[in-house]
Amino acid sequence: MPNLNGLVVSLVEDVTHGYGKVCALNDVTVEIPSACMVGLLGPDGVGKSTLLGLIAGARKIQAGTIQVLGGDMADARHRTITCPRIAYMPQGLGKNLYAELSVFENLDFFGRLFGQSSGERHARIGTLLKATGLDPFPDRAAGKLSGGMKQKLGLCCALIHDPDLLILDEPTTGVDPLSRQQFWTLIDNIRAERTGMSVLVSTAYMDEAERFDWLIAMDAGKILATGSPQELRTTTHSKSLEEAFVALLPKDKRGARSELTIPPRQETDGEPAIIAKGLTRRFGHFTAVENVSFSIERGEIFGFLGSNGCGKTTTMKMLTGLLPASEGEALLFGKPVEAGNLETRKRVGYMSQSFSLYGELTVRQNLVLHARLFHLPREKMGARIDGLIDRFRLADYMDQLADQLPLGVRQRLSLAVALIHQPEMLILDEPTSGVDPVARDEFWQLLIDIARNQSVTIFISTHFMNEAMRCDRVSLMHAGRVLACDTPTALQTGRGASNLEEAFIGFIQDAIGQAKEESTAFTITQAKAPPASNKTLANAPGQRSVVSLGRLLAYSHRETLEVLRDPIRLAFAFVGSALLMLIFGFGITTDVENLRYAVLDFDQTPESRTYLQNLSSNPRYFLEQSPLRSPAELTRRLESHDISFGIEIPSHFGRDLKRGNQPTVSAVIDGAMPFRGETIQGYVEGMHLAYLKNLAIQEFGNPSTAVPARIETRYRYNPSFESIYSMVPSVQAILLVLIPAILMAVSVVREKELGSMTNFFVTPTTRLEFLLGKQFPYIAIGMLNYTLLVVMAMVVFQVPLKGSGFTLTLGAFLYVTVTTGIGLLVSSFTSTQVAAVFGTAILAMMPTLQFSGMLQPVSTLEGGAKFLGTLWPATYYMHMSVGAFTKGLEFQDLWPNLLPLAAFIPVLTIFSAMALKKQDR
Amino acid sequence: MERWQNIFWLGIKELRSLQRDPVIVILLLYSFTFSVYSMATGISSEVHHASIALVDEDRSALSRQIAHAFYAPFFREPLLISADAIDSSMDQGRFMFVLNIPPRFEADVIADRQPEIQVNIDATAVIQASIGASYIRNIISDEIARFLQGTNNGPRRAVELVTRTAFNPNRTGTWFHSIVAIINQVTMLAIVLTGAALIREREHGTIEHLLVMPLTSFEIAMAKVWANGLVILLATVVSLLFVVKGILSVPIAGSTMLFLICTTLYLFFATALGIFLGTLARSMAQFALLIILVILPLNLLSGGSTPVESQPDWLQTITLFLPSRHFVSAAQSIIYRGAGFDIVWPEFVAVTGLGFIFFLFSLALFRRSIAVSK
Repeated sequence: MPNLNGLVVSLVEDVTHGYGKVCALNDVTVEIPSACMVGLLGPDGVGKSTLLGLIAGARKIQAGTIQVLGGDMADARHRTITCPRIAYMPQGLGKNLYAELSVFENLDFFGRLFGQSSGERHARIGTLLKATGLDPFPDRAAGKLSGGMKQKLGLCCALIHDPDLLILDEPTTGVDPLSRQQFWTLIDNIRAERTGMSVLVSTAYMDEAERFDWLIAMDAGKILATGSPQELRTTTHSKSLEEAFVALLPKDKRGARSELTIPPRQETDGEPAIIAKGLTRRFGHFTAVENVSFSIERGEIFGFLGSNGCGKTTTMKMLTGLLPASEGEALLFGKPVEAGNLETRKRVGYMSQSFSLYGELTVRQNLVLHARLFHLPREKMGARIDGLIDRFRLADYMDQLADQLPLGVRQRLSLAVALIHQPEMLILDEPTSGVDPVARDEFWQLLIDIARNQSVTIFISTHFMNEAMRCDRVSLMHAGRVLACDTPTALQTGRGASNLEEAFIGFIQDAIGQAKEESTAFTITQAKAPPASNKTLANAPGQRSVVSLGRLLAYSHRETLEVLRDPIRLAFAFVGSALLMLIFGFGITTDVENLRYAVLDFDQTPESRTYLQNLSSNPRYFLEQSPLRSPAELTRRLESHDISFGIEIPSHFGRDLKRGNQPTVSAVIDGAMPFRGETIQGYVEGMHLAYLKNLAIQEFGNPSTAVPARIETRYRYNPSFESIYSMVPSVQAILLVLIPAILMAVSVVREKELGSMTNFFVTPTTRLEFLLGKQFPYIAIGMLNYTLLVVMAMVVFQVPLKGSGFTLTLGAFLYVTVTTGIGLLVSSFTSTQVAAVFGTAILAMMPTLQFSGMLQPVSTLEGGAKFLGTLWPATYYMHMSVGAFTKGLEFQDLWPNLLPLAAFIPVLTIFSAMALKKQDR
Repeated sequence: MERWQNIFWLGIKELRSLQRDPVIVILLLYSFTFSVYSMATGISSEVHHASIALVDEDRSALSRQIAHAFYAPFFREPLLISADAIDSSMDQGRFMFVLNIPPRFEADVIADRQPEIQVNIDATAVIQASIGASYIRNIISDEIARFLQGTNNGPRRAVELVTRTAFNPNRTGTWFHSIVAIINQVTMLAIVLTGAALIREREHGTIEHLLVMPLTSFEIAMAKVWANGLVILLATVVSLLFVVKGILSVPIAGSTMLFLICTTLYLFFATALGIFLGTLARSMAQFALLIILVILPLNLLSGGSTPVESQPDWLQTITLFLPSRHFVSAAQSIIYRGAGFDIVWPEFVAVTGLGFIFFLFSLALFRRSIAVSK
């Protein structure tokens, strides 16, 4: 073994790892040599990322042992000491970066996590940016960088703390060849500088693996072989690593492997299948595709080569009519591509980049659905589907869900679906990325068959060079422009390059006017002395406190920047709460006013009119409608909701009244909405009593005949008795739990979904630092919300704050800390943002509405409801808010609510910290 | 012809996808069964166990009689407190009502001196305060009348008032809340299902796949509208028949069929709104945030939970444009008041018209979003 000093950076023994039913690693044992470049080789889904995650300490070991840098990674103490010596860059372009943050801010955040002083950080960031050629753009947002630049930045972030072990998971997938070459040169230079550093890289590109010192070939969760590239080739008698890899596969997986032969194309004349003339597409200021022209003949396999984000997909979308061109035009079969032209679409088959069939349908259902959508005649449909099943060897999978198929089979199904209507042209967007070499060759076999035997034109994009070599012609695309377009061999010989990749790099360099790689003079001047010894791999004793304020504030700082740059969340925080406040405040009014009523007066005497006058003289509550003529009309008008109640005065009312015969007036009330019906009844009865009182005064000069005692009702705190005075303060309690809790939960779960959670797993950040650091900005948002709501209450709703504003503010601060804590707690149980939003909303709304005294006063709750009410923070804040606004209470009356609120804080924080996992599954 | 076939088959695909999504199926079942049940039985806006205290400065037979007249389930047993505890206990929210019976109350009543009894009401609990106050007034008058009848001939009222409550004679809250719950679930789930289906297609890239086929965005949108609308309609039927009629035994005054037709018309709007929000949101997470901002107003302002006529005039004008308001109004007329088509047709026209306009608007936005999608 070359470069091996006999030391081992990591020892993996009997490791097995699974996700649900899927087994990712199956009893893997391997010794990884130190101080060299080790490559993990294999297609997608064989367990490479899982193994790297385990070694980095980002994932929790399920079975087996892993030793890294001289200690057991299952031991949390060892992990805390070791993780500052490991750097881990997860898979996916810019996965460990924060897209909203600038290049400098990203690096600065990582520097702070490792406790570097401001001066040290600046020095290190300066050298790293210079070394990677990122120094001209320190202020550009990471999300706006090209794929290659993102990966360089990711590498910088990984290198900021001088790790002894650098773990890179597919760092160059989807990156253009020049950036790829620069990336590897960068790694070589760093290694030259820091000889003791071990590098562990995974890759799906077999050709890249040649440059590694030592390789681990993996398939289906197992290790196929280890050794230097030379050794692997010799033992398998293969010319290339790709062949060696296939030879290492178990027999049944190798397939009927034969050399892929491409019969020469028969020249056809006639009009070209695709013509692009000066296609240009702009998104705002960004030009994604610039002046692209080509012409493709029928039956040709035309390759479109370029990195992620260079404009391949955009060009293809313009060709299919998915996206209108800003300039230029595209012709398919001589007709211009238009979005609405359904006829052309019937002649084209399209397979988009990601697997785009319905995963929740079976293979058969997918095929039948597409056959129906293309209106294949019923009698031909069966035969056509059977033919495709046969040709694409799908028979064994017919009733499986498309989601459960192996990647290679899925791609075959996609192709079968794209071909179901026998199109004359196929547009395939990176159909083979991530597919293993055997399946990829099989796929190409099918493509070649279609192209040569059925003269279907194939337009395929790829970033695999060996696939490009199989095309009749390729066009090289970079940064939105086509650099060259010719047969692969002509391109190669034209530049005098030994392979297509070299030729491509040459074209890119010409295009960006860079004669030669400048970063050869690479040095990382150490801002501080490198770690003492590389020979001994044991740890230096490290000391750490439980909470480092620096790291905590690093999280707060980053979170604040992110939220400020996310318009949706910011709008939700402020516009959302203002909007909901308006709607709740004006919308949930329980005042029963403006009641429409009608009378059925059979008497029509002055006496009956006097009785009714009581109602009509009170227009705030009662609005009289046209009179009724019959009891039937009364029913009908109640039914149609024209009136809310009706009063019926019997005939002889006046006469009976005078004779003291006690006439009976009846009121019919709409009880469809019970509380309203109840209130109306109260009003009508009150009106009746008032009438009796007036009557007594008139007749006898003394009301006591009717009323022996006066009942004086005093509506305290809210003399005008308008629900706005209780609703506006209560609504604040709801909104201050709803919005801060949701935002908080989303901010944590978002990191889980986007992958930046890995940074928490592999850096020395403790749980408390992470939780509190993230919570601070949201407490601030909550307090701003509080201010907004109080101002709205006073200005918009004219509800004055009669009591102690200071105490209320203090209460709001505690309350918002508690509600963000609830968000944190919810986030530790949820894994998607949708679940976090709905879960938090339901959890926040239900008890707040039912048990906190908004709809029903807490003093009337009992049993379980009362118990829940005392355990729910909104109860206390609602009490304070209503108390301070409407009851005009001061500190001495409000303070008892502060204590329970404060008591929630440590409890929630402890629960959240316990539920938060420091490692991934 | 081909167009309608496409819509049909795409819709069938939609139903199959739905059937394979356990989360959505569980959400659907939960919302239309348990959730309807718990909302119907859990929320009570009536006066129930109202906390009441008594300051008895009279300590007479009459004052004791009044104290004993307050009993469950409307009131808790009244607690006797001293006069100087009124303010502090009400400030703390311990009691909703505090009665103050003055000294020599009984004697004054007998002597026809019209003494004053004071009822303090915590008016921050608006619903219970107003209903409770009228209860208390009635109870006190009744008790005094009964007391006087015991001593000498109490006065006879000059005019008797008989009130009858139509449509819900006992004013059972369950009748009302169960239907409100169904209506709210219809709105929420129609939006969630349709919007989520659209976003899922976009996130999985299948929407592009559909668009390069000979399909129009009208067909794609329409398929989602009918498939998801149908699912919600079926869920409504199940909920109405089994939960509301069956378990909760709520009578339905009008025609169930008419209500379902009305729901169907409304679903056209709700699913179109789902498409609108699904188009507007860039990700599921944004969609979830948007839903909260849309559904709460839509449900709260519809008149389902609080009466529309209590809204300020300017707000009533705005809510006139909410199909949910017309739907709620028609649904309440049909279900509670037994109204027929001759009465609710204006609402039907409004729901259909607004739904149609909104569908066209959503479709236009959906088309445009596809045109500029990156």
